[in-house]
Amino acid sequence: MSALREKVIFEYSRPGRGSRDQWPDEPEPASKIPASLRRQAPPLLPEVGELETVRHFTRLSQMNFSIDTHFYPLGSCTMKYNPKACNQYAMLPEFLGRHPLAPASHGQGFLACMFELQEMLKEVTGMQGVSLSPMAGAHGEFAGVAMIRAYHRARSDLARTEIIVPEAAHGTNPATAMMCGCSVREIRVGADGDIDVAALAAAVGPHTAGIMLTNPSTLGIFERRIEEVARIVHAAGGLLYYDGANLNAILGKVRPGDMGFDAIHMNLHKTFSTPHGGGGPGAGAVGVSARLLPFLPIPIVGRDAEGYRWLAEGELPQSIGRLSAFMGNAGVLLRAYIYMRMLGRTGMSEVGDYATLNANYLLTRLKQAGFEAAYPQRRASHEFIITLKREARELDVNAMDFAKRLLDHGFHAPTTYFPLIVPECLLIEPTETESREVLDAFADAMIRIEREAREEPEYLKGAPHSLPVRRLDDVRAAKQLDLTWKPKEGV
Amino acid sequence: MAFIPHTEADVAEMLAAIGVASIDQLFDEIPASLRVRSLAGIPDALNEMQIGKLMSARAETDGRPLCFIGAGAYEHHIPAAVWAVATRGEFYSAYTPYQAEASQGTLQVIYEYQTMIASLTGMEVANASLYDGASALAEACLMAVRANRKSKAQRVLVPRCVHPHYRKVASAAAGNQAVRFEEVPYSAAEGRTLASTLARFEGQDITALVIQQPNFFGVLEEVDALTNWARERNILVIAVVNPTSLALLKPPGEWGAGGADIVVGEGQPLGVPLCSGGPYFGFMTTRMTHVRQMPGRLVGRTVDTSGRDGFTLTLQAREQHIRRARATSNICTNQGLLVTAATIYMSLMGPQGLLRVAQASHARASELVAALTRVPGVRNVFPSPYFHESVVALDRPVAPVLQRLADRGILAGFDLTEHYPELGHALLVCATETKTSAEIERYANALGDVMKAARAA
Repeated sequence: MSALREKVIFEYSRPGRGSRDQWPDEPEPASKIPASLRRQAPPLLPEVGELETVRHFTRLSQMNFSIDTHFYPLGSCTMKYNPKACNQYAMLPEFLGRHPLAPASHGQGFLACMFELQEMLKEVTGMQGVSLSPMAGAHGEFAGVAMIRAYHRARSDLARTEIIVPEAAHGTNPATAMMCGCSVREIRVGADGDIDVAALAAAVGPHTAGIMLTNPSTLGIFERRIEEVARIVHAAGGLLYYDGANLNAILGKVRPGDMGFDAIHMNLHKTFSTPHGGGGPGAGAVGVSARLLPFLPIPIVGRDAEGYRWLAEGELPQSIGRLSAFMGNAGVLLRAYIYMRMLGRTGMSEVGDYATLNANYLLTRLKQAGFEAAYPQRRASHEFIITLKREARELDVNAMDFAKRLLDHGFHAPTTYFPLIVPECLLIEPTETESREVLDAFADAMIRIEREAREEPEYLKGAPHSLPVRRLDDVRAAKQLDLTWKPKEGV
Repeated sequence: MAFIPHTEADVAEMLAAIGVASIDQLFDEIPASLRVRSLAGIPDALNEMQIGKLMSARAETDGRPLCFIGAGAYEHHIPAAVWAVATRGEFYSAYTPYQAEASQGTLQVIYEYQTMIASLTGMEVANASLYDGASALAEACLMAVRANRKSKAQRVLVPRCVHPHYRKVASAAAGNQAVRFEEVPYSAAEGRTLASTLARFEGQDITALVIQQPNFFGVLEEVDALTNWARERNILVIAVVNPTSLALLKPPGEWGAGGADIVVGEGQPLGVPLCSGGPYFGFMTTRMTHVRQMPGRLVGRTVDTSGRDGFTLTLQAREQHIRRARATSNICTNQGLLVTAATIYMSLMGPQGLLRVAQASHARASELVAALTRVPGVRNVFPSPYFHESVVALDRPVAPVLQRLADRGILAGFDLTEHYPELGHALLVCATETKTSAEIERYANALGDVMKAARAA
C-alpha cells in the first residue's frame, strides 16, 4: 500500500478544460424546452482531462485494500477470490447492451443463464422456488419476511406479526422485521453457543410470524438442534427464515431446505463470489419452500415450449410484488452463474470442505499461540471467534488495536465487535481460496502483535502507522458534518 | 478444484495440526440425517475455456438490435476509461469501507460522488447511493413519513404518469408499514400532472407529493406550480429525476419558491450499461435539515490523529448495524462499484460534456418523433415539451408491429397498452446521443413498411 495522498478531483478543475473526445458533437440548441424549465447555473462537476481523470481514480484505487491485493479474513463477509472469467464473460457487449425491456426474443441467451441459475440455486439450497430479483442480502431478507407476512395474511392469520431473532443476529434481521411492519423479540443463546431451545419454546405462540436464523450462526458454529427448532416454530404456526450470510460454510454439505427453512436469501456476493465492489452491488436471491411459492417476488424466469420468458403479475397474482424497477442486479447474477458453472457439482461441496478446513486450521494455530477461542469446545464452521478479553484486561489493548495493527502487516482486519455478545471479539473467516502459507503468515502476524502488546503497547494503540491515514476522528466527522466539497476551500 | 490452492500435502498437514483424520470429520456437529447425499441437479464443472465458449454463444443468441426503448433505462455512450478504471481489482474486489484507513480510495470516491450528485440535483447533501431508482423512491416515501412531522396520515400522492414499475416497487416496499399511496390522474390533453387536479386533496392531511421530471411519458411537468402547491400546504416534495436531463433542466433544488425536499432517481444513465436491468444505482439527495432521516451510507471528511484530512463513514447511528430494529432502513449496502463508474463518468463529462449529452439526446429524440409521425398511421400523442422520449400512437395494436420490427432487428419502443390502456395503441419511444440520423431513418422506413403491410393484410 502506498501512503500517497490524493487531492479532491475538484482541485484539478480548470475552466474550459475537458475530456472532449468523450463528448458528442455540438448539438443544436434545445429550443423547444421553455426557459422556465431550464437550468441556469451549471452543476459543480470538475473540468478535467482524460489522463488526469484516469490518474486520479487509479491513485485512489491504490489507497484501498482489496481481495486482489490483500488477505481479507472478514468474518461473515466471505471475501474470497472473484474469478476474472466471471467479470470478463458477464461483460460481453451483447449482455451489456441488452435493454431490460427488450423482448424475450432478444434475450434467450441471457434468460437461459437466469433460468439455469434459478435451478442450480434451488438444488444447492433444497428450496422449491427461487426469485433472483432482490439486489442485496438485506433486500432478500425484506422479501423473505414480506413473504412470511403475506402467507399469514392469505390465511387470515392476522395476529402473527412478531419475528424472533437470536441475540447474536445480524443487525439487518431486526431492521428488516421492522420494515415489514413486524415487532422483534430477541431470544438468548446458551453457553454452548446454540439457541436456548426452552426459551424459544416459551417465546413462540399465536403471535409468532417466524424466526430468523443464520446457520452456522454468527458465532461461527453449527446450530446442532436446528431440527428441534424447526419443529417448535412450525408447531406454533410460525415459519423459519434462513439468513444466507454463512451459506459458504455448508455449501454441498447440508441444505437450508432440508433443515426445515421456509424462506432463505443467498448472498451471491459471498457464497458465489461476485465482487463486493467497495460496498455493492450485491445480489440477494431468495428461495422458498412449497408453501411460500405463490408469494415470490417478481419477475421470475419461466420456460415453456416457446423458450424462456419473464413471469410477472399475471402468472403470480399473490406475489409480494416488484422490488426493483426491472429484474434486479442482472450483471451480478451473470457472474454468479458463471462461477457456479465453473465449480460444478463437485466444486460446490469442495467450497464447504476447504472453507471449513481453513477456518479450523487457522483456529488451531491461534489457539496453539495462546489466543482464546470464544467457543473452544466447538468445531469451527467457515469462521470462528477469538476473544481478546484477557489482553484487554491484562495489557489494556483491545480488539480494535489488533485490527488496526493487522493493517500494517498487510492483512485486512477481521470483523470486530460483532457479534455483540462476545467481548473484544475478532470474527475471522479465511475462505477456501486462501493458501496455507497465507493463513500461517496471518497467524504469525497475530503472534507478533500479541508480543508488541506486551513490549510496546503505545505503538500498538497508535496503529495503523503505514497507511494513507491514521485513525480518524469519527466524533468530529459526525459533529462537524462535511459531506460535500465546497469551492471556497479550493483553488 | 476451482480456485482452491491446496496441495495434498497441505491438506494432510493441516488435518494433522487440527487433529482430525479427514475433512469430513470437521462436519461432525451436523446431524447425519441432514447431510447432503446428492446434488444431481448441478451440472459438471466447466473450465474457463468451456464457460467462455458457452457464454459467447449465449451472448450471440441475444444479438445487438437497434434499440429505441427507454422507459427508465437509457443507452448512452460510456467512455472507455470508465470501466477500465472501475474494474481495477482495488475497486472491484474491495469490501464496504468500514476499515476507513484501508479504504480511503473508495471513501474519497463516494465523497466526490456525493458532491457531484448533490450539485447536479441542486440539493445540499447526498447519500452514498441505494439499489436503484425505484427502490430509492420507496425509501424516499418512508423517509418523508419520518421527516414530515406535521403530517400524521402517512399518505403519499403519486401521479399516474410516474413510472409504473416505480409505483409498484414503492407500494411493495412501503405497504407493510401502512404508507398509503394515492394516484393523481394526468391531463389527457397534455400528458402531465396539473396543479388544478391537486385541488381535490385540498384541506386533507397529505405527507408528500411525488413529481417525476421528465415523467414516464417523457413529458416535462410544470414543476414550479406543483412544488409550490405542495410546499404551501406543508406537503414534502419528492422529486424523481433523470440525471442526464439535469445538465439542461432546472434542478429540483430550484423548483418553485422553495425547491424539492427529497430527490431520487436512477443513476444508470451516468456511465452504467443497460445490462438487462442492473446493477444500476439509485441516488438520493436532500436538505441538510433532513440528513438524519436519510437511509443508507454517508461519507464525511474529517481528520486523523495526526491532523491530516481523511474520509470515513459517518452518522452510522442511523444504520442497522448500530441501531438494529430502530434503524432508518435495513439497507446495508450501496451500489459502490456503480457509483465509482458514475463518478468517473461525471468527471470525464464535466458540466459542458453532460450538457452536450442532454442536448444531443433531446435533438435526436425530436428528430425521431418527427420521422415517425411522418409515417402514415402514426401520430404524436401529447403536444407538451419533452426531453428524450415521447409517446406516439399507431392506428392499430402495438404488439404485432413491435414483433415484426424486432424480427428486423429493431426494438421500436415500449408498448404502453398494458399500463395505460386509456391511451389506445400507444408506444413510448426514445433516442439518445447514440442514435444517428441513418438509424432513425432505418427505424422510420421499417415502421412504414410494417404499417403498410399490416394495412394491406
